[in-house]
Amino acid sequence: MLQEGKKRIWSDYQKEIADDHFFYVRSCIRQSFFPGSEQFFLHFMKNVLGKDVYENPSHTTCTGIGYHGDVVPLATIMTVVARHFALMKESGYKNIAISCVTSFGIYTEIIETWKHLPAELDKTREYLCKATGREFDVPENMAHTSDIIYKYRNEIADKAKYKLINLQTGEPLNVVEQIGCHYSKMFPKYGVGGAEFPNVLGGMITSWGGKVVDYPERRHCCGFGFRQYLVQANRGYSLSNTVKKFASMKPFKPDFVLTNCPGCNMFMDKWQYTMKTMEGTVYGDNGESIPVLTYEELAGLVLGYNPWDLGLQYHMVQSEPLLKKMGIEYDPGDKYKTKDGRQMPIPQNLINA
Amino acid sequence: MTNFGFTILKERHIDYDGNDKSIAEYICEREPSFRTCIECGCCSATCTTGNFTRFSLREMNILLKRGENDIVREQISKCMLCGKCTLVCPRGVNTRNVILLAREAFQKQLKNAV
Repeated sequence: MLQEGKKRIWSDYQKEIADDHFFYVRSCIRQSFFPGSEQFFLHFMKNVLGKDVYENPSHTTCTGIGYHGDVVPLATIMTVVARHFALMKESGYKNIAISCVTSFGIYTEIIETWKHLPAELDKTREYLCKATGREFDVPENMAHTSDIIYKYRNEIADKAKYKLINLQTGEPLNVVEQIGCHYSKMFPKYGVGGAEFPNVLGGMITSWGGKVVDYPERRHCCGFGFRQYLVQANRGYSLSNTVKKFASMKPFKPDFVLTNCPGCNMFMDKWQYTMKTMEGTVYGDNGESIPVLTYEELAGLVLGYNPWDLGLQYHMVQSEPLLKKMGIEYDPGDKYKTKDGRQMPIPQNLINA
Repeated sequence: MTNFGFTILKERHIDYDGNDKSIAEYICEREPSFRTCIECGCCSATCTTGNFTRFSLREMNILLKRGENDIVREQISKCMLCGKCTLVCPRGVNTRNVILLAREAFQKQLKNAV
């Protein structure tokens, strides 16, 4: 194929990501389980890049987990999302930056529903007006926050203090990228690289010096899957998905997993504890488990931020082996200390600790 | 051991690396159109045998490609070779030949010839 042809085809897989003036919406899981990620994103956008990012304290959950768990009806979730858009309109913003892949999937699904079924949009306007007296506009630009970090990946690479290189061997680190299913599998046009060639995390990894691992189950679900997780007796289905993924990636000796979805991060991290407890299996090299990071945590590490300020200690699988490989300096004594120096309780049964 | 209230379900795993794909390879070598199957299910929809038994050519194609041959070995003799599936296939797969080759491969496998 001619190079020009390749470039033209690849351009069809790109998405437009706004430059500035974002209305930021948080993720329920991320702000609870790895809060350093959202904190870093806001700090990076506002203080490092000097962008205008606004978050409204009245923003609520999108109810996506309830929707996919069959307890929240479509009309309800559409009205909840419409309320978020109303908050955005009232604040004077037109670009939305979404922290969660589940929410991102919900927003794309609802906007596409309104495009194809305008009567649903009219009904939602009516419901929202009756319930709250608010009016809303559909966002002009919708980006997942990983899209925004992807957009500025080269700026991060220019400012990098550490590269994704194993200092002992001099080789690039092997990185597994796990992109949330609801990022681009449902509506490919909203994702960088579409559903076929999603490059949002791969682009960051290669820009920062690492090597993306291409293993057989690369695009398989992490195992979250909402309904199979919500009922305890069904969790074997969720766990079996995760086992399949890890068994497939093990021969490629990944140094860490990078995710852009809260579900992927939580499950690939915590299921490693479950698999180790149930079967005694670990999937990393040297008898260690594989650390699972968010793209903000990785960007923070590359830029030289303190790993404990980024919240790496809140994962089940601890990332000290990775920090040593990258040559990142850290103080083990600061791991569980508050900003004013008070000692916090130290969790038990952590992996790689 | 900790009781989690759920377990790892081994039967939910498809081991692409460990499964035996020799039957699928035998078919693909002799009937390359088999590679173009998109598992749309038109063959199963039109199948007379499928109306009266649990035989599904779509399922057979998927299982053969996965290397999960046991169900195929058990079911494949049900096909009556009427060829309606070949007529409706949107990808032009010679499905009747696929079935004949699968049967042949299983016979040869019995004799350790595949």
